[in-house]
Amino acid sequence: MEKPLTEHLGADGRPLTLKEYEKVGGYESVRKVLKGMTPQEVQGVVKDSNLRGRGGAGFNTGLKWSFVPMNGSKPKYLITNADEMEPGTFKDRILLEGTPHQLIEGMIVSAYAIQADVSYVFLRWAYKTAAETITNAIREAYEAGYLGKNILGSGYNLEMHLHTGVGRYMCGEETALLNSLEGKRATPRAKPPFPQVSGLFGKPTIVNNVETLCNIPHIVNKGADWFKKLSLTGDSGTKIYGVSGKVKKPGAWELPMGVTMRELIEEHAGGMQDGLKFRGALPGGASTDFLVEKHLDVKMDYTSVAAAGSRLGTGTLVILDDKTCPVGFVQNLQHFFAQESCGFCTPCREGLPWVEKILNSIDKGEGREEDMKLLEFHTKYLGPGNTFCALAPGAMEPLESALKYFREDFDQHINEKKCSYG
Amino acid sequence: MLTPEEKHEIEKAILLVPAKKAACVEALKIVQERRRWISDESLNDVAAFMGMSAEELDSVATFYNLIFRRPVGRHIILLCDSISCWVMGYENILTQLTQRLNIKYGETSEDGRFTLLPNPCLGTCDCAPALMIDNDLYRNLTVEQLDEILQKYH
Repeated sequence: MEKPLTEHLGADGRPLTLKEYEKVGGYESVRKVLKGMTPQEVQGVVKDSNLRGRGGAGFNTGLKWSFVPMNGSKPKYLITNADEMEPGTFKDRILLEGTPHQLIEGMIVSAYAIQADVSYVFLRWAYKTAAETITNAIREAYEAGYLGKNILGSGYNLEMHLHTGVGRYMCGEETALLNSLEGKRATPRAKPPFPQVSGLFGKPTIVNNVETLCNIPHIVNKGADWFKKLSLTGDSGTKIYGVSGKVKKPGAWELPMGVTMRELIEEHAGGMQDGLKFRGALPGGASTDFLVEKHLDVKMDYTSVAAAGSRLGTGTLVILDDKTCPVGFVQNLQHFFAQESCGFCTPCREGLPWVEKILNSIDKGEGREEDMKLLEFHTKYLGPGNTFCALAPGAMEPLESALKYFREDFDQHINEKKCSYG
Repeated sequence: MLTPEEKHEIEKAILLVPAKKAACVEALKIVQERRRWISDESLNDVAAFMGMSAEELDSVATFYNLIFRRPVGRHIILLCDSISCWVMGYENILTQLTQRLNIKYGETSEDGRFTLLPNPCLGTCDCAPALMIDNDLYRNLTVEQLDEILQKYH
């Protein structure tokens, strides 16, 4: 089984130096594209590979790039979204800390594909080790001539900078990230115009997730067909999956796209802790709908998880066991979303704290029957189309599905006026 | 007053961006690193240096979780309170910290050593519960380890 993304993770917790990385084929894709491929050809192979964005939205990466005007205004920007803050998600940290050169290689090739002049890594504050590994890797890449002016004598120029954020989930939303990089409050922007046309400082900009960009060197080196064959299903490539919660061996693993939820939990995560049963899971972070026991054999790819009524999201499962209160679980999620709402649009700013308070009351045994109607109302009212960005609709996904799958728990809290999970 | 060294660092940050204001978050970070928090006086000084009104800069400063507009202790404890840490029992860690330090979220211990803050997901969910003290990450926490960890910070 091929594991292109994690094959060269530093074994002793230290990432490969540039020299070591070159010895295992590192930066080959930079040579390949600068010496013999047009930007359009690079875009083409990535589009053909059907690489879908690993940040959660799952949009075809090559297609996203193709909206950047090739002869538009300068400078153009390529930005790595390394603001991994989706609760339950810890996959990009592994790549940032373990293979920083793979990310930088992917960024250079991707920047070339859209003819970007400047690139940024937008890194969340909490990833201190990653800040060191990326800083060192960028410095090494400059010294080796992979960054800066006239890269490898090709005439192509690219600058790269690390930007560490100062906290806020909203920074992961790509237009809010751009505002944050411009030194503003991280509120989302209206689309259109899309960032590909008018992004950072009003210039054409691509924002891609860490895992997405780490795939690029391999696709360019080995081709679209190879990438498609890595997967078990129609969505190409491998995926870094993770499992957290009360399983025996929580962790993250690079596996073929399309393994089942059952395989992840039972084989890789060692099954549930003794005495606990699986009750449900968020398949890809806090803003995805619960999947339950009947979904255990769902293939973990974009298409199959969507067909099961949820989203692959970041592909990192958070497990709900039978001794953990589903009401408390959802209350914790809504507390997060209410706190992280940027406050820009009214339904999200006012609605999420209301939802949180209702769930608090129910959790404490002070809920009323009509609260259930209020929660249901909010799942629609804060759903897609009623808010400025995807934060509140994302928050409603676990709530709506919890009301569907764990309804008896909500009713029991209200009827018995207590939480019986202790 | 900004020190010459602070001004120098901020000027370096300004060079990296096409518009001066775009470096204002960086400027706040630079000052906070040296003074632990952003007082009204610091805010006014940074704003003047950046060619912004204090109100405009404060709208940015108050937006971000990790720019501190109130005094903080010598060390910041950021306790992850998101879903995986909740499932794995971070609330026991919170209770213990609250009792040991005699502070609630948002407060600073009487000796000025620690400020305790909740923090969204630290991205280490397979090793929950987790917290950070300053730049140090602690994972797979148990209540029993806390005293030993706290002792490292003076």
